[in-house]
Amino acid sequence: MTTTFRQRLRRLATTYGVWIFMTILTLLPIWWMFVVSMRSRVELFGRPNLALTRLFTENYSNVLTDSTFQRYMTNSLVVSTSNAVLVMVLALLATYALSRYKLTGRDNIFFWLITNRMAPPAAFLLPLFIMFTRTFRIGGWTLYDTQIGLILLYCVFNLPFAIWLLKGVVDGIPIELDDAAMIDGAGLGGVLRHVILPLAAPGLAVTGILSWVFAWNEYLFAANLTSVNARTITTGLAEFVTVTGTNWGELAAMSMITLIPSAIIVILAQRYIVMGLTFGAVKE
Amino acid sequence: MRNPRTGWLLLSPTLIILLIFGFAPFLYVLFVGFNQWNVFSADDGLVFNGLDNFRRLVFDDDFLHSVGLTTRFAIFAIGSQVVLGFILAQMLTRNFPGKSLFRIIHTLPLMVAPIAVGAIWRLLVIPGFGPVPFFLDRWFDLTYQIGSYPDQALWTSVIMDVWHWTPFVTLTMLAGLSAIPREPVEQAKVDGASRFQVFWYVTLPFLRPVLLTTVFIRIMDAIRTVDEVWMLAGGGPGTRFTGIYIWRVVFPRTDYGYGSSISLITLYLTIVLCWLLFIAISGRRKGEVE
Repeated sequence: MTTTFRQRLRRLATTYGVWIFMTILTLLPIWWMFVVSMRSRVELFGRPNLALTRLFTENYSNVLTDSTFQRYMTNSLVVSTSNAVLVMVLALLATYALSRYKLTGRDNIFFWLITNRMAPPAAFLLPLFIMFTRTFRIGGWTLYDTQIGLILLYCVFNLPFAIWLLKGVVDGIPIELDDAAMIDGAGLGGVLRHVILPLAAPGLAVTGILSWVFAWNEYLFAANLTSVNARTITTGLAEFVTVTGTNWGELAAMSMITLIPSAIIVILAQRYIVMGLTFGAVKE
Repeated sequence: MRNPRTGWLLLSPTLIILLIFGFAPFLYVLFVGFNQWNVFSADDGLVFNGLDNFRRLVFDDDFLHSVGLTTRFAIFAIGSQVVLGFILAQMLTRNFPGKSLFRIIHTLPLMVAPIAVGAIWRLLVIPGFGPVPFFLDRWFDLTYQIGSYPDQALWTSVIMDVWHWTPFVTLTMLAGLSAIPREPVEQAKVDGASRFQVFWYVTLPFLRPVLLTTVFIRIMDAIRTVDEVWMLAGGGPGTRFTGIYIWRVVFPRTDYGYGSSISLITLYLTIVLCWLLFIAISGRRKGEVE
């Protein structure tokens, strides 16, 4: 089948037409939020003007110099990074176990792992709240309002997803490679480090990235299981709306700031994200 | 050579964390679901009432309404995402200048926190200074007010969800499409199959596992959507999805027993739906091996 020059040209024109349209649709809401973040309270009302009228940075400086906001930001960074690392390690071990060992009820365990992600969050807040404030209690210390509490809790949502993503990756690594390494005298740790880790690296990277983003973005549990010390940035975002008289400019500025790390990650990890999102459904 | 005990050992940290923070709360909800427990009622302890909560649920118009809304939300949102995601992924399989830039921009919404997505869309539709109501009124003479028109609120939630999650579908579809071997497609073209036939008989069967997995994940997350819709409409009419309804029962009303039983039913329905999809996915893969 040969395609003529005109057909190719038309196809290219359609492609660009669709993508430019999609790009505008994607960016317009974000652009509007940026515009709002650059306006004072008074300037917002009246006829909506989609153009950037002036560089008004007070909203940003207000948010960034606020010590509460800085604490929320640090908490978010600590919680999401630790959670992502923990999830990557645990998920790799678990996936290796599910992939290589004949465990009784393997498929059921796998499905049960996934069901952990399905729970409607609202009702599960209550038992978790009780657990955080009363069950795990050592002297005056409880899990409530601690970073470690959130780090462990987010595993409930991230581990199933991570294991699901990695399952296909590890299944795709020929078992002969493990055997060869073992014959050469490698132990379990050696196989994991020198065979599985390098080959699963792209998939593992995606797992880590998505776990990080999820933990960074989570709101409901962070809002209800922390009070002062371990509050995260998303809860701060919501506080702007509930406190009397929403300051839309600062809300928009804060949303823009939360968006930046995620945007950087997307740009840096773009290649891996596509490679890793196969969920084991694809085998070459 | 491979001792299952080592396997269990490797799996144990994951199992322990999920048992404590996933399964224990589930057991608790299961227990409370069969009790009457309302902090504001006269006897504020747990009173076992068997299946009463579930009987009440079947006749609870608000609950049934929320299930209907969630279903409509999920069908419209996921349907559009799959169609749109497939078309876009198909376009990304060919090379054209600027492709990676378009893809990066397209992926952006996926990474935005749900609560921020809600904030973004709220800023767009808010009466007073949001551009959407303003321009709809000026150009089409249409009154747009998500606080007063349930249908508009529902559609806005759907559009917001499509904006947020289509990139995810595009990416999984792209991963699926890139893994399809070239020969069957070429062969079908040589045999004179039309573009639709190639799609229907060759591409689609290859894509089926990825497609089902994607739908599975989207259903799972769409049913438990709370943050973004809450931020968008504050639980106004037309957006009282099951997740939000549970929230309202558990928190403002502190009807823990009833809230727990609604959660159980919702969880049960989700699991059944996803189990069917899971069987469809793994059944297909077993078929391929044989």
